Amino acid sequence: MNQMTSVERTVDSKNIKIAANNVQVHYGDTHAIKDVNVEIEDKTVTAFIGPSGCGKSTFLRCLNRMNDTIDICRVQGDILLDGEDIYDKRVDPVQLRAKVGMVFQKPNPFPKSIYDNVAYGPRIHGLAKNKAELDEIVEKSLRRGAIWDEVKDRLDAPGTGLSGGQQQRLCIARAVATEPEVLLMDEPCSALDPIATAQVEELIDDLRARYSVVIVTHSMQQAARVSQKTAFFHLGNLVEFGETGQIFTNPVDPRTESYITGRIG
Amino acid sequence: MALSWLLLILLALAVIGYFTGRSRALASAGGNARELHSLPSYYGYNVAFTALVPALGVLIIWLLVQPMIIDNAISGLIPDNAIAEGSDRGLVMSEVRRVADGLNGAVAAGTMTEAQAQNANADIDTLTAALKDAGQVLTQDITQPILMAAQKYRSMTSSGSVAMQVVVLALALLGAAFAYVRTNKEFRARNVVEQGVLALLLLAASIAILTTVGIVLSMFFETLNFFQLHSWKDFFFGSTWAPNFRGGSELSILPLLWGTLYISVIALLVAVPIGLFAAVYLSEYASTVTRSVAKPLLEILAGIPTIVYGLFALLTVGPALVSLFGNGGALGLGWMASSNAVLTAGLVMGIMLIPFVSSLSDDIINAVPQSIRDGSLGLGATKSETVRQVVLPAALPGIVGAILLAASRAIGETMIVVMAAGAIAKFSGNPFEAMTTITTRIVSQLTGDTDFASPETLVAFALGLTLFIITLGLNIFALYIVRKYREQYE
Repeated sequence: MNQMTSVERTVDSKNIKIAANNVQVHYGDTHAIKDVNVEIEDKTVTAFIGPSGCGKSTFLRCLNRMNDTIDICRVQGDILLDGEDIYDKRVDPVQLRAKVGMVFQKPNPFPKSIYDNVAYGPRIHGLAKNKAELDEIVEKSLRRGAIWDEVKDRLDAPGTGLSGGQQQRLCIARAVATEPEVLLMDEPCSALDPIATAQVEELIDDLRARYSVVIVTHSMQQAARVSQKTAFFHLGNLVEFGETGQIFTNPVDPRTESYITGRIG
Repeated sequence: MALSWLLLILLALAVIGYFTGRSRALASAGGNARELHSLPSYYGYNVAFTALVPALGVLIIWLLVQPMIIDNAISGLIPDNAIAEGSDRGLVMSEVRRVADGLNGAVAAGTMTEAQAQNANADIDTLTAALKDAGQVLTQDITQPILMAAQKYRSMTSSGSVAMQVVVLALALLGAAFAYVRTNKEFRARNVVEQGVLALLLLAASIAILTTVGIVLSMFFETLNFFQLHSWKDFFFGSTWAPNFRGGSELSILPLLWGTLYISVIALLVAVPIGLFAAVYLSEYASTVTRSVAKPLLEILAGIPTIVYGLFALLTVGPALVSLFGNGGALGLGWMASSNAVLTAGLVMGIMLIPFVSSLSDDIINAVPQSIRDGSLGLGATKSETVRQVVLPAALPGIVGAILLAASRAIGETMIVVMAAGAIAKFSGNPFEAMTTITTRIVSQLTGDTDFASPETLVAFALGLTLFIITLGLNIFALYIVRKYREQYE
């Protein structure tokens, strides 16, 4: 888990999962995202890095139309998921969000039992025919969230009673339970201690086998540790996008270099 | 010297104390405020408060105690034979006070000299005439003992108030001098002032609590009196409410409790769904503009006096219900005889409770963190699924609290039921009949001529205490529910 391994890490697949073309986002009068083009590959971890307020979280929230819940936010441009425009009128944002799951900055388990937290998505989308199937989905998701062994004896306990790191892994399990194709993570480790962060990072690396993962992070080390591709945002612009190893060792744009060497941030 | 002058002098002393204390502190530090332990103004406040607070405290206690002592002393002076048939000592004492006031008034108006007012051998007829000329109100003829007592009363009051002024002023001066002497740059004025503020806050809190205790105790003793006159078995377990001022009444709370609960349940059946749905709409769906208009409008309902709701019930809702369910009504059912009915009162009370439920629930729903809404939406839940399965369960403890609070109000509500529920105490499940409630009966037992020695009047206190215990129980239950289901977001 250091910079050198990520240089050598190979990318398994070249399938483009999400393609964004000329995306512009306005918050009221503020032009938050300027003309962003990016291609996110399947079964890859893509990291968005950049200083605070550079628009990386905003762009992430465009990918599952979470910005729709903010009244003053306007999105222009095309975002294609498997070649289909997700901002097309025929696309139901609710269905889209089941396909593009999201994990938030602060762990946000529902005030329900651990079991009900994970079963929430499958119940809403009718993924299980009966209780046995639901049990199976819950167990599978908790295993994928790497938290099954810690909670299997207390599935009825409230999810809010877990520790911070456990809560975040529960939230990841919850997001995985709806069988998404893409997982968006908005600074998933910023509220966690180093040990919990290491556990979540390990989990993210495991998740790459099944999903396309997009992670926004403040920590350049984290981006270097977990991602194969990195996008550097600055003041609403996508400055540079490429292989993680290349971005961290041999950036093309001087702004990227300034940021990763700590001169701007 | 009038009381207001005394207060003004005290205030002036405090102000002077403030400035002298402040300047003495500064002088002790050689004019350099940074040498002082506290800011200069704290030294000033210390002197002002030490002068003011004990003096004011003694003033208040004196004002409360002096009339009691004088009354006791004077009523001992009135011989038993001076009390007329059919009267009692209290009535004579109030006549004494009236005469004393009359003499004061006459002296103040200049129609009588001080010597005349104090003349114990004055001719009573002339005196009465003089008082009446001076425009003083006398309800009965002055007798010699009353005049004597009144004159004694006057002299005791005036010497008492002179003593009070002397004591209070001396205390204020002593306090100011004490604090002034203590003032120097080492003195921790800031800590002392903060202790004083703490004591003030504590005093305010204990006044509120002690008042509650006082209310409960006063009701409790009257209730004990009631149970000495009337069997507690009949009160709690009887089945009939039939007060009869000639004696032999049956005074059972159960029919009244039934009416109270029945009307409250109907009110809650109206208020809870409407209030809750309104709250969900306002907090989750309404745009900021709609919300900023609709919420205050809804809260106007809470500001309408309940008597106006009573009129609304009496003039609008009752007749409307009769025209629907009454004889020859639109539905042709003939169920409802008069507009005074459980349903009328319940409906209108429900309308009254809507803003309580909606406003409190709205605040509670807004307090649910946005992060768990995002979590639910991010999983592909629709807005209504999010509200139903995540937001409302998270807000449930608070909503239950709001509903129980509304229930407490419904049970204690008086004006609407007085005007719209009728006055018949009975057990019946028919919402179109008139029934009565505990609060209505308390009003009717205590209005008009009351005799505080008869169980028919005292029963009001027993009813009031029971009502208090019921609402207290309800509030404790609400707290228990809220604690049991409380979920921590953090």
